[in-house]
Amino acid sequence: MSVKKFIVTSFDDEEILFPAIRQVRKSGYKIHDVYTPFPIHGLDKAMGLRDTSLHTAGFVYAIMGTATALAFMTWIFTTDWPMNIGGKPHFALPAWIPITFELTVLFSAVGMVLTFCYLCQLAPFVKKDHFRLRSTDDLFVMAIECTTKTNEEQAIAFLAQLGGKDITVEMKETEWWLGRYDKDDRHTLIKTEPEIIH
Amino acid sequence: MMAIREQFSKTKNFNLISLGLMGVGLLSIIILFITHGASGDHRMQARFWASLLQNSVYFLLVTNAAMFFIAATTLAWGGWQVSFRRVSEAISSCVPVLSITTGIILLAIVLSDNHTIYHWTDTEHVKHDKILLHKAGFLNKGFFIVWTIITLVGWNLLGAKLRQLSRKIDDRPLDNAGAKKYIWDNTVWAAIFIVFFSLTVMSSIPWLWLMSIDAHWYSTMYSWYTFASSFVAGIALITIFVIYLKNLGYLEFTNEEHLHDLGKFMFAFSVFWTYLWFSQFMLIWYANIPEETTYFEPRVEGAWNGIFWLTVIINFLAPLLILMSRGAKRNYGTLTFMCILILFGHWMDFYQMVFPGPMKDPETSVSHVPMMLADLGIGLGFVGLIMFFTARALANAPLIAKNHPFLKESLIHHT
Repeated sequence: MSVKKFIVTSFDDEEILFPAIRQVRKSGYKIHDVYTPFPIHGLDKAMGLRDTSLHTAGFVYAIMGTATALAFMTWIFTTDWPMNIGGKPHFALPAWIPITFELTVLFSAVGMVLTFCYLCQLAPFVKKDHFRLRSTDDLFVMAIECTTKTNEEQAIAFLAQLGGKDITVEMKETEWWLGRYDKDDRHTLIKTEPEIIH
Repeated sequence: MMAIREQFSKTKNFNLISLGLMGVGLLSIIILFITHGASGDHRMQARFWASLLQNSVYFLLVTNAAMFFIAATTLAWGGWQVSFRRVSEAISSCVPVLSITTGIILLAIVLSDNHTIYHWTDTEHVKHDKILLHKAGFLNKGFFIVWTIITLVGWNLLGAKLRQLSRKIDDRPLDNAGAKKYIWDNTVWAAIFIVFFSLTVMSSIPWLWLMSIDAHWYSTMYSWYTFASSFVAGIALITIFVIYLKNLGYLEFTNEEHLHDLGKFMFAFSVFWTYLWFSQFMLIWYANIPEETTYFEPRVEGAWNGIFWLTVIINFLAPLLILMSRGAKRNYGTLTFMCILILFGHWMDFYQMVFPGPMKDPETSVSHVPMMLADLGIGLGFVGLIMFFTARALANAPLIAKNHPFLKESLIHHT
């Protein structure tokens, strides 16, 4: 659990958002994340995010699937329970290719979905803090992480000048925790009015 | 719109290289003719004609696949390919000269009294051959000749029509209604091309031209497999020309996003080729019926073993592992290397489709691998021919279809 201090602001439009991101990065502020109602091409580049490693993970899972399938079938048909099927050799590689292929795809697909959920901190019975709920509707929300060097007043004025609205300074939990959205009443979640510290 | 270089002009070096390669090809044909073609022995002659058959059919199908690419993307209302579609149009304009070459070679083989390559042309033999007698409705000279000519003429006419549609609006910007009509016309002609293409390349033509070399054997998957070969090689050819033009500073609107998608096509269709290759192999391996295994006997267990597995390594393992990552598909060097490798790999694949039959010793039924130098030389000759005619077509038309309604979509293309 790590609670950090953020300056949060909303933008009405991605056409205001993109130049704002450029300016904010140029001025040296640390963007925690940007939340948008829909996926936007090029946002990752504008924010300077590195390419995801998800596909490397997918490749590793796929290799694991291939190895599992081949090793398991080899063990069964040559050692554990050899059978004579149509006079074919016990090590009947061509016949195993379809199953190997299926397991390769299955391992990589399931593995990638689970990894993706982990990276996005999504799981059943797990909760996360949200900055602005309207980022799931019509607002483009940017959260800037405050460091010891951040001058908050200056930052707020800067964001306002870039077209940011409802600029607030908030303490937020960045990690996920066990709990349920409909039962847990942790103060940060349901409130429509953000807690203003500054 | 920013200033662009619309007009391609051939460099001197390019001309020299293409003419040099054609020279190598011609020399190889002459040498192979002296050593084999001019011999009185039918099997020696067949080795010469098989080489011409393999090379001409392969390169004809590859250049024709460039027009299939245009037709398929047009039919799918794709926009991303517009910025470099002139390149594949230029490649497809090699089809006329290659069809004439291929047509002459095919007719010469079918009409000659040498039945080593197509032994179903031997009417005396067919009378006593139960299997060939049953196939005579399809495998006979009349049908072969008529259908081959219809096919070649059809590819040429439909390809010319699609190229002409593309050129028509070069100096005439379209209004909204005109653009809609233009897209509709393109869609209709692309659809007609694809229907004809599927009746020929995807079904009957590989059966007639290539599969009938092993006339006793059959596989319904064969044509799809041949099509996959020619299509992935065609994409490689398009990519290589796009990269060449990019290196010269042309095609300003084509960037690594487009190359990335071409790389994806090469990756995907290499896997598709493997899927068909394996499906054909595994079913026959599993059933193990002598009538069906005759095709794989010389290839998997005989002298062709090495070439057979080499094609799988080049055409499947190499693209799978090398083209898998995003960086590789956006890298000019890696893509160029893979394009050449894929073009060579599928040339080898066609080689092992054509040659084991004619190279079979009728007494012992053992097939051997001939020395491939002359065949490679003839292949290089065809490469030179394609370079020459593609560059000529590129220089004849603006490099960018600047009035195409979907051009904007190509400019902002993003993967």
